Amino acid sequence: MTGSCKVLICRNYKGDVDMAEIDRFLPLLMQHEEEGLLCPVLSHGKVHFMWIKHSNLYLVSTTNKNSNASLVYSFLYKIVEVFTEYFKELEEESIQDNFVVVYELLDELMDFGFPQTTDSKILQEYITQEGAKLEVGKSKVPTTVTNAVSWRSEGIKYKKNEVFIDVIESINVLVNANGSVMSSDIVGSIKLKTMLSGMPELRLGLNDRVLFGLTGRDKGKTVVMEDVKFHQCVRLSRFDSDRTISFIPPDGESELMSYRINTHVKPLIWIESVIEKFSHSRVEIMVKAKGQFKKQSVANNVEVRVPVPSDADSPKFKTSTGQAKYVPEKNMVVWTIKSFPGGKEFLMRAHFGLPSVENNELEGKPPVTVKFEIPYFTVSGIQVRYMKIIEKSGYQALPWVRYITQSGDYQLRTNV
Amino acid sequence: MTDSKYFTTTKKGEIFELKAELNSDKKEKKKEAVKKVIASMTVGKDVSALFPDVVNCMQTDNLELKKLVYLYLMNYAKSQPDMAIMAVNTFVKDCEDPNPLIRALAVRTMGCIRVDKITEYLCEPLRKCLKDEDPYVRKTAAVCVAKLHDINAQLVEDQGFLDTLKDLISDSNPMVVANAVAALSEIAESHPNSNLLDLNPQTINKLLTALNECTEWGQIFILDCLANYTPRDDRESQSICERVTPRLSHANSAVVLSAVKVLMKFMEMLPKDLDYYGTLLKKLAPPLVTLLSAEPELQYVALRNINLIVQRRPEILKHEMKVFFVKYNDPIYVKLEKLDIMIRLASQANIAQVLAELKEYATEVDVDFVRKAVRAIGRCAIKVEQSAERCVSTLLDLIQTKVNYVVQEAIVVIKDIFRKYPNKYESVIATLCENLDSLDEPEARAAMIWIVGEYAERIDNADELLESFLEGFHDESTQVQLQLLTAIVKLFLKKPTETQELVQQVLSLATQDSDNPDLRDRGYIYWRLLSTDPVAAKEVVLAEKPLISEETDLIEPTLLEELICHIGTLASVYHKPPSAFVEGSRGVQHKRLPGSAGSGESVESPDPGAAATETPPAVIPSQGDLLGDLLNLDLTPTTTTGPPPPTTSGMQMGAMDLLSGGLDSLVGLLHQGPPSLSASPSTTTLGGDIGGNPAMGAAFGAAPATMPASFNAPGSGGLDDLFDLGGGVGMPMGALNPPKAVWLPAMKAKGLEISGVFVRRAGVIQMEMTLTNKAMSVMTDFAIQFNRNSFGLAPAGPLQILTPLSPNQSIEPLNNLQVAVKNNIDVFYFSCQYPISMLFVEDGKMERQVFLATWKDIPNDNESQFQIKDCHLNSDAASNKLQSSNIFTIAKRTVEGQDMLYQSMKLTNGIWVLAELRVQAGNPNYTVSSISLKCRAPEVSQCVFQNYEAVLKN
Repeated sequence: MTGSCKVLICRNYKGDVDMAEIDRFLPLLMQHEEEGLLCPVLSHGKVHFMWIKHSNLYLVSTTNKNSNASLVYSFLYKIVEVFTEYFKELEEESIQDNFVVVYELLDELMDFGFPQTTDSKILQEYITQEGAKLEVGKSKVPTTVTNAVSWRSEGIKYKKNEVFIDVIESINVLVNANGSVMSSDIVGSIKLKTMLSGMPELRLGLNDRVLFGLTGRDKGKTVVMEDVKFHQCVRLSRFDSDRTISFIPPDGESELMSYRINTHVKPLIWIESVIEKFSHSRVEIMVKAKGQFKKQSVANNVEVRVPVPSDADSPKFKTSTGQAKYVPEKNMVVWTIKSFPGGKEFLMRAHFGLPSVENNELEGKPPVTVKFEIPYFTVSGIQVRYMKIIEKSGYQALPWVRYITQSGDYQLRTNV
Repeated sequence: MTDSKYFTTTKKGEIFELKAELNSDKKEKKKEAVKKVIASMTVGKDVSALFPDVVNCMQTDNLELKKLVYLYLMNYAKSQPDMAIMAVNTFVKDCEDPNPLIRALAVRTMGCIRVDKITEYLCEPLRKCLKDEDPYVRKTAAVCVAKLHDINAQLVEDQGFLDTLKDLISDSNPMVVANAVAALSEIAESHPNSNLLDLNPQTINKLLTALNECTEWGQIFILDCLANYTPRDDRESQSICERVTPRLSHANSAVVLSAVKVLMKFMEMLPKDLDYYGTLLKKLAPPLVTLLSAEPELQYVALRNINLIVQRRPEILKHEMKVFFVKYNDPIYVKLEKLDIMIRLASQANIAQVLAELKEYATEVDVDFVRKAVRAIGRCAIKVEQSAERCVSTLLDLIQTKVNYVVQEAIVVIKDIFRKYPNKYESVIATLCENLDSLDEPEARAAMIWIVGEYAERIDNADELLESFLEGFHDESTQVQLQLLTAIVKLFLKKPTETQELVQQVLSLATQDSDNPDLRDRGYIYWRLLSTDPVAAKEVVLAEKPLISEETDLIEPTLLEELICHIGTLASVYHKPPSAFVEGSRGVQHKRLPGSAGSGESVESPDPGAAATETPPAVIPSQGDLLGDLLNLDLTPTTTTGPPPPTTSGMQMGAMDLLSGGLDSLVGLLHQGPPSLSASPSTTTLGGDIGGNPAMGAAFGAAPATMPASFNAPGSGGLDDLFDLGGGVGMPMGALNPPKAVWLPAMKAKGLEISGVFVRRAGVIQMEMTLTNKAMSVMTDFAIQFNRNSFGLAPAGPLQILTPLSPNQSIEPLNNLQVAVKNNIDVFYFSCQYPISMLFVEDGKMERQVFLATWKDIPNDNESQFQIKDCHLNSDAASNKLQSSNIFTIAKRTVEGQDMLYQSMKLTNGIWVLAELRVQAGNPNYTVSSISLKCRAPEVSQCVFQNYEAVLKN
C-alpha cells in the first residue's frame, strides 16, 4: 500500500479474510498514531494486521488465525529484500511498472500462507522481467528450487576463482550522561563475495575460543563469540557438534554469518560534551573527541552528531580539525573529520542563539551519536585463520580477507 | 517500457474495448489486453464482466499470459461460479503438461478457486500431482490438499488425500516434507481431534532429519509441528532438544523463536538436576538477546515472548539486564516492552542501575513512555524491598519537576508503595498534598483520596481536602467517587466529631443522588454498618488489609503455560490464548506443557494437577486471607431488610457520646431511604478499599479469559471429582478407626490422589479409599491390583491363604501392601501399610487347653518381649479394647500385684499368635507394662506388638 494506504497490489492467499478489511487499516493506524501507541500488530474484530513500513510503502499482512507473528515479519522483510533486488528501489512506481512480475513473485514467494522460495537469486532464474521473451517449453523450474542446496545453482563458471571475505565489526555503545558506559557490545558480520565455479565446499576457520578449547590448541589470541547466526547454507548441526563452519556458498554477495560479543569494549572514540543552555539567549556547545585506539590505526569519515534545540539559530563554529555543519532539519550539528588517527584528541565549539520567546514544546534529550570506520582492524581480535575451498574439479582458488571496524548504535547521552 | 501504461485508461467504453481486444487474433494484442484487465483488477475495478473472454485466452502456450489468466480466475471465479467450470478442462490438461512449471501452476491455481462445484473435478489431477516425479509439483500439490480441505473437508477425507499427505512426510525431498508438514498442521488445527499429525518417534525422527535440509521457512513449519509433540520420557525429550538447539544459530529470527518454543516446552520434562538442563538454559540466553538486534517489529515480537519466558524461567536472562536498556531511537512499542522486562528482571543485585535508568527515562518527553517509567519505579519499590526508600526519594524528585503527568503517575505508584509498606513513608504525604490541585486524572485523584483516607489521622486538614473533592462529586468518575466515599467513611471513623456532616453528605450523594449500582451498594453498606454498630464498622473498615504482593501483573500460571506453547505466534504477542481472538477455536484444546519426569516440585512444577491447585500469585497475597477477612464480618444485621430500630443500635454503641448526634440523623436518613434495600453484600464492594486499583483490575480481570474453557466431559467443572469407594458404613463401636492417610499424593500421579484406610467390618477386611481427581480432566477406566503380599490380600476376592510367610522376608514391613491403580491416564503405584489387626479373624479365641499346649509347644526362641510405655489401663479395660480388634483374652491371673492376661488371635492365613500381657497394678493407675508374644511365625510379632500399642493407646 502507498503511504496514503491506497492498495497498490494485493494477493489473497487463503481467502479467509475479506479483502475489504484492508480499508480498516488506515483508520486504525491513524488512531494508534494519535494515541502514541503505534504497534506493529493492529486488530479490528477478528482480523489482525501485521505491518511494516518501507520507505513510503506499507506492507500489510492480514490474518484471522493465531499465525506465527515472527514468521510474518521475517517474510515481509524478505519481500522487501527480494523486490529490492528485482527493482533496485521498492516504491510505488516500481510496483506499478512491474505489476506482472510482482504478481508472479508473490505467487512464488508464498502459497496458501506458507512462504516458499524466497531466494532472489534463484527466483531470478525462472522469473524474469523480460517475461515476454520466455516461451513455454524453454522455461523450466531450476532444480535448485527444491534442492537441499536451494541457494546455489549448478553450472556456475568463473575464469578466475576467488572469494572475498569481509569481516565487519560494529560497535554498539550506550554511555550515560555522567560518562559511564551502560552497555557495549560488538556485532560482527562476515560477508562473502563468492566468485567460484561449480559446487565448492568451503570451510572457514576462525580463532574461536570454543573451537580451540575443543581441539585442545591454545595458541595466540582467541575470541569468545556470545552468539552466532549463520546463513542457511552453513551446516548448523555440524557447527553445533564440532564448531566447524562448513558450507556450499551462495554465488555472489551474501552474509555468511554474524556474531555478537559481549566483552566490555572501551569506546573507540570517546566524546566529552558540554552543552550549556542559557534560556532566551544562547546555547554553547563544547565537544572533545578522543581516539582511543592504536596509534597506527586511523578512523575514517568520523561524524560526531550533537543535538541542538529545535529553535536554535545563527550557528558559529570553531574546530581544531575537520568541519562542523548545522543541519537544522535534524536539529543537530554534524562535525566531520575525514581522518582521525588513534591517540589524538580534537575539539569543537559551537555557539547558537536562542529566541527570546521560549519554545513551549518539550523536547526530548537526544544523545550524541558518532559514526566512524577503522579499516584493517577488528576490536574483538577475531581473525580468519583459513578458508579451505574444495571443488571436485580441483581448481585452486584464492581467498581474500579484509577487516573493518565501524560504529554501530553508538550513543552518548547528554545532560541537557 | 514499463507496465505502468496499462493503468492509464480511456475511460469510456473501456470494457467494450477490452472485450474486442481479448478476442483479437493477434497474440500480442491479446496479451496486452489481458494485462490491461489485470491492471484494472489491481486498482480495484470490477472487470468480472470479461470472464468468458479472459478464460478463452487460457489455452495458450505463453507462460506469462497463462499466469495472468490464472490470476484473473482466482479473483473472479467465486463471483462467477457457473462460468468457472469452463476452466476445468484446461486445468486438467495443464496438470499433465510436460513442463513441471505448468503442472505446478495449474495445481496451485486450482486450489485457489474456491468454488465448491468444481472441486470434485480437481481430485484426479491433484492425485496425480501428489505423486508427480518433480518435487516442485509435489510440494505445490501438498499445499493444494490443505486448500481443498479448507473448501471441502469431507471430499479430501473421502478421497484419501490425507493419507497421501502423511506419506509425503517421508518424501525424499525436504521441501516437499516441509510443505506436507505445514499442510497437515493447518488441517489438524481445524480438526483438533483428528489425530492427523499422528506424531510418534519415527515421524519425529524424519522431521528432525528434514529440519537440517530444508529452507528457513520449512524449518519453521517443522519446528512448530514438533512443538505439538509430547515426548514419552525425559530421554527422548533431551535427544530432541539436542537436535533442535543448532537452530538457535539460524539467521532468521522466526526460526530461532520457533526453536525456543520447542526447547521451552520440552525442557519441562527434563529433571532439573540434569547437567543438560543447565546447559540448555545457558544456550537459550544468547539467541534471545540477539533477537534484539533484529528489525523493530521482530524485536517487538521477541520482547513480548521474552516477557513470557522470564516469567516461566527467570534464570535464563537474569544476568542480561543491560540489553534491555532503552535506546533513544527505539520505536515506542519497543521501549515500552523493554521497560516491562527491566522490571521483571530487577533484583537487589541490579536495582541501582535500573533505578538510574528509569529516572533517566522519566525525564524524557514521550508521555506514555515517561508514565510507564514512573510506574516502573514504583514497581521496583514494591518488588525489591531494599530499594523502596531510594525509589520513594526518586519519585519525590520527579514530583518536584512539576511535570503534570509525572506527578500524577508518581502519586498513583506511591499509593501502591503505601499498600506494600504501610506506615513507613507517610512523611512524604505533605509533599503529595501540595500537588492536590494539579491532579486531573481520575486514577491519580482516586489514589490521592485513598492516601488521605488511609492516613486521615495524620493529616490535619484531611476533612478540608476531602471536602474539596466532594463539591464536584457527580462530575467525578466512578473510581474517584468510590474512593471518596471510602475515604470519608474512614475519616469519620477516625475523627468522628468533626466530620459527621461530611459523612452524611457523601452517603446521601452515593446512595440517593447516584444511580451507579456499585456506588449505591457500597454507600448503603457503610451506612448500615455505621448505623448498626459503629464499633464493628470501625473494626471492619479500618481493619488491617493484607499487603499487596510483589508482582502485580504476572500472567496466571495456566495461561502462561499455554502461551509458552504458542511462542512466536499472535497469541504470544497479545498475551491472550488463541481462543480469545480466533473464531471457531473455542472447542480447540488448550495447549499445555508436558509434565516433568522427576517428582513434581513445588512452584516450578508443571504438573497440571499441582498447577491447578496452586493459588495463582495475585495482588492479594493469599485469597484465604481475604476470604477470612470477609467472613469475619458479622453479616447478621444485613439479613434484616430495612433499617434496624434505633434503640438497638444505640445499645450497641460503644462510643455513644461521640456518635449519638450523628447517629440519630443517620438513622433518620435511613428511614427516608428507599424501603427495600438489597441486603446482599457483594465481595467487590467489601474489598472496595482496593477496588478501582489498576493492579487489582489486571489480576482479576484476567481470570475469565484464563479459565480453562473446555473439559472433555460435561459437568466436571469442579476440580475435585470424588469417587468415594468407601461409603458410609457404620463402624463398630470402639473399633480402632484411624483416619485416612494420603497414600498417593496427586503430584506423583498426574492429579490422582488416593487416601485410604483399612478397616475390618463384619469379618471382612475392607480397604476404604478416597480417590480424588485433582487434575483437569476426567479419569476413567480405574482398575486396581495388589502386588503379592505377605498375607495374600487380594482385592474383592475371597480371603485365601495363598502365600505362607517366607522366613527371611523382613526388610519391608509385613503389612506393606503395594497397590497399583490404573486409569485412562496411566498406571500409578504406591504402597501403604495396613494395620495387622485387619487380619485378626473373629474366631480367634483359643480353647484354654489348646492355648496352654500351644504356648508350650512353640519354642522359646519364637518368643518376643516388648515393653509398652505410658499406657494406663487396668486389665479389664485393656481386655475390652483388645477384644474389639479380635484379640481375645482367654485367661487372667494375678501374680504379685501384676495382672497377667493370656490372649490369642488368629490371622487370616491361619497363623495363631499367643500373647501374655502384663498389667502392673500400681498406684494410682494401672499400667500395662509388657507383653510376650509367641507365634510359629515370629516375623509377625513386631506387627502384632505395634497393633497392641495402637489399640491400647487409642
